[in-house]
Amino acid sequence: MLTALLIGFPLIASLLVFFIKGNASRNIALGASVIQFAISLAAFFMYRHNPDNAILSFNHTWVQSLGINFAVSLDGISMLLVLLTTFLVPLIILSSFKNEYENPHSFYGLILLMQMALIGVFVANDGFLFYVFWELALIPIYFICLLWGGENRGKITFKFFVYTLLGSLFMLVGLIYLYNHTGGITGVKSWMVNDLYEAGRSLDLKQQSAVFWMIFIAFAIKMPIFPFHTWQPDTYVNAPTQGTMLLSGIMLKMGTFGVIKWLLPVVPLGLEAWGGTAITLSVIGIVYASCIAIVQKDYKRLIAYSSIAHVGLISAGILTATQQGVQGAVMQMLAHGVNVVGLFLIADILLRHTGTREIDKLGGIRGMNGNFAVLFLIVLLGAVALPLTNGFIGEFLLINGVYQYSAWMAAFAGLSVILGAVYMLRSYQGIMLGERKDNNMAFGPLATTDKAVLIIICVVIIAFGVYPKPLNDLAEEGVKQILMNLK
Amino acid sequence: MKGLLIISGLGVLAMLAEIFRFKKLLLPIVLLGIVAAYAFNFMEWNNGFVISYFNNMIAFDKMGIAFSGIIIATAFFWFILANDYFEDETNVVDHFALVLFALVGALMLTSFKNMTTLFLGVEIMSIPLYVLAASQKKDLKSNEAGFKYLIMGSFASAFLLFGIALIYGSTGSFDIMEIRQHISAHTAELPTFFYVGVVMMLVAMCFKVSAAPFHFWAPDVYQGSPTLITALMSTIVKTAAFAAFMRLFMIGFAGVSELWTGILAVIIAISLVVANFSAAMQSNVKRMLAYSSISHAGFMLMVILANIRSNISVDAILYYSLAYSIGSIAAFGIVYNVTKGGDESFDAFNGLAKRNPGMALCMTVAMLSLAGIPVTSGFFAKYFVFTAMIGTSYKWLLILAVLTSAVGAYYYLKVIIAMYFKPQQNTEPVIVERSQVMVITLTSAIVIAIGVVPGIVAEMFRF
Repeated sequence: MLTALLIGFPLIASLLVFFIKGNASRNIALGASVIQFAISLAAFFMYRHNPDNAILSFNHTWVQSLGINFAVSLDGISMLLVLLTTFLVPLIILSSFKNEYENPHSFYGLILLMQMALIGVFVANDGFLFYVFWELALIPIYFICLLWGGENRGKITFKFFVYTLLGSLFMLVGLIYLYNHTGGITGVKSWMVNDLYEAGRSLDLKQQSAVFWMIFIAFAIKMPIFPFHTWQPDTYVNAPTQGTMLLSGIMLKMGTFGVIKWLLPVVPLGLEAWGGTAITLSVIGIVYASCIAIVQKDYKRLIAYSSIAHVGLISAGILTATQQGVQGAVMQMLAHGVNVVGLFLIADILLRHTGTREIDKLGGIRGMNGNFAVLFLIVLLGAVALPLTNGFIGEFLLINGVYQYSAWMAAFAGLSVILGAVYMLRSYQGIMLGERKDNNMAFGPLATTDKAVLIIICVVIIAFGVYPKPLNDLAEEGVKQILMNLK
Repeated sequence: MKGLLIISGLGVLAMLAEIFRFKKLLLPIVLLGIVAAYAFNFMEWNNGFVISYFNNMIAFDKMGIAFSGIIIATAFFWFILANDYFEDETNVVDHFALVLFALVGALMLTSFKNMTTLFLGVEIMSIPLYVLAASQKKDLKSNEAGFKYLIMGSFASAFLLFGIALIYGSTGSFDIMEIRQHISAHTAELPTFFYVGVVMMLVAMCFKVSAAPFHFWAPDVYQGSPTLITALMSTIVKTAAFAAFMRLFMIGFAGVSELWTGILAVIIAISLVVANFSAAMQSNVKRMLAYSSISHAGFMLMVILANIRSNISVDAILYYSLAYSIGSIAAFGIVYNVTKGGDESFDAFNGLAKRNPGMALCMTVAMLSLAGIPVTSGFFAKYFVFTAMIGTSYKWLLILAVLTSAVGAYYYLKVIIAMYFKPQQNTEPVIVERSQVMVITLTSAIVIAIGVVPGIVAEMFRF
């Protein structure tokens, strides 16, 4: 019931916000998202207390004749991602307070709608429901990018939409194929996740391989993984900051989460046959994106490419299907979500204060605003996964997992750590240190809301770097459950 | 059957309206009549037994009643939408009568039992439409549309008739059940010209549902006809043609399915590819919708193809027809209002979000439904098609359908982008008549409603 509330509450809130004109809408949206975070915290503590608590799952028949259920529940991994989503959305809304958007009520309404769909994706226990939420998540973000994006947004958002839709349709076909193979014993077809797992495992190698690619393509496009990534940099750069945060902070995790829950346990044979290819693609993506990130001039674009590199490592870790790999991926998903939101906010702050995001034109900001320099540095260290920041444990486990799979792959994946440090530190050097390039440029104190968001993010980065245990326990247990299905 | 009689009666009544001077009352009378027809139709549905009329020429079974229900409901919305189309014209009465007679033909097509009824239905439906397509007498495009439709339509009718003759010659019957029995009893000894007849009828029916490569009339006719007549063609006429197609091939010619399923698969493939890529290149909204209707025809034909091999029930095609008809009514209603100024390109939609936010929202719903995005009904329609197809051996067709659906998203989104994103040259608000607002809002709401709870409709159609 509580899980259904997690979906229902943002939906109701968003409808409410749509009808409130003017800037009051953003306060209400912020309030609603904070309440939502409180609800998910309540769910978190209940889950820790007793994971099988009946209040955490909800099951209602949707279309009986087709075996579709509105079934939602929480497991370790989805609990973490729900927590991430509900934690980030208030920050994303808060970070927008310094931007004046036209029609704010639609903007915030769409963000809340997006939250609803994202949580739906993470908690769905029915393949069909999962697909519906998956598609539904696309619509608000499409409109956010289309209506409030930068130049050229028409073409770019359009590419984004068609790309992801194409992937989704393939996934739909793959899922229907699985659905058609359910009900082997009882004769009653069902979309429930366990029935789909069973159906998937009853297929032979050839069928499993086909299903693997059908479903994997959707996830690969969403994450995105090389060579399906071409929509990503343009979309990230052109979307409004909050849109980019939603895309990279949370929506990207739909793809990686999808692989964990809706691909690994479904087609173990397909994974065995093709997992290597997919890991290779992921690793190519890491190296490729890192190299491109190094030469970027626009800071936002640099973060966009770094995101491809990070998600490549996450995906490689998941596809190894080892405990360390998948668990590391989950931890890294959380860390990346928080860090990337911080980084994009920093890019937005730079643009608002100086009018540019070009690294070459910036410089010496540390001298003008020391606090900002410190906060920036902490977020940055989280992103390069320094020990005692939240990025470290995930990255460590990931590389460990990939190493168990293949030492060569691990060597290449490990490059991402070095290259990541290169482009991140270089950009910091270029932006914050050195001489002022333009003497007229002033960099005043940060706005309260920006400061608040950055401080919260920095606290989380350090807190979960020092003491990741509560999250790590959940991740460990959730991953164990998933991997048990593989045996 | 009573519904059919009531609507025929209404048609005759409409012609008398001029003489007895109750032109103003005609619309309410027609709407009442349609409601009554729907009510009788519904009662026959609940009766549950099939009565056949005129020596088994026509019989309303569940499938026929279901299709009739969709057609009558669509007609109800259409008449409200079209009230000012009737007001503008001097010869209102003729138009009323013509539309009503076309409706009679459509209802006959849903429930024929005999080839002669089929042919009569096709002609009764088509001939008023030839006239209606050309009903904007001073518009060159409208005249062209009527003329083209007439010539191509007659050609198709000739094919149909020739096919019927050949089949009669080889089986000795016009009755589709008897033909079916004849086929199963004499599978080995059917003469070649029987097969020729089946293929000729396939061509004629593909023409009527505007499947490629027999679709060349559709874009011109859709573009040239008055927008509301285009709406009529793409909803009621299309649904009726599919009902006929289904009954003829899934019941009548099921025994020789090896012959026509292969051809049909190729036709579907061509429809999907040609229609979607052509639609993507259009700058005229009505032409785009014409190509989109061809692509939807491809989708609906897929259900027929899948059903014949795996014998799933007909609910998929019924649901598809309903979703598509209702969504199209909303879309055409808005297109009609937006293009009133004469500009029918995508630019006419520029800035609609500011000029009339409500209509822009409804159009978005309609476009998303046509593109098949959850939770609109168009998504479930597509889902049913995919489910039906996945059990068959035509997996290549399914992949093609997926790829072309993504192309489809392109041109539907073009409308949305224009409405929300393109700067408007024309800042005047678009004023829509209240009754039309009602229909458009209601149909958009239905599109969402049967998308959220598809179970209600899908389970009703499962008989």
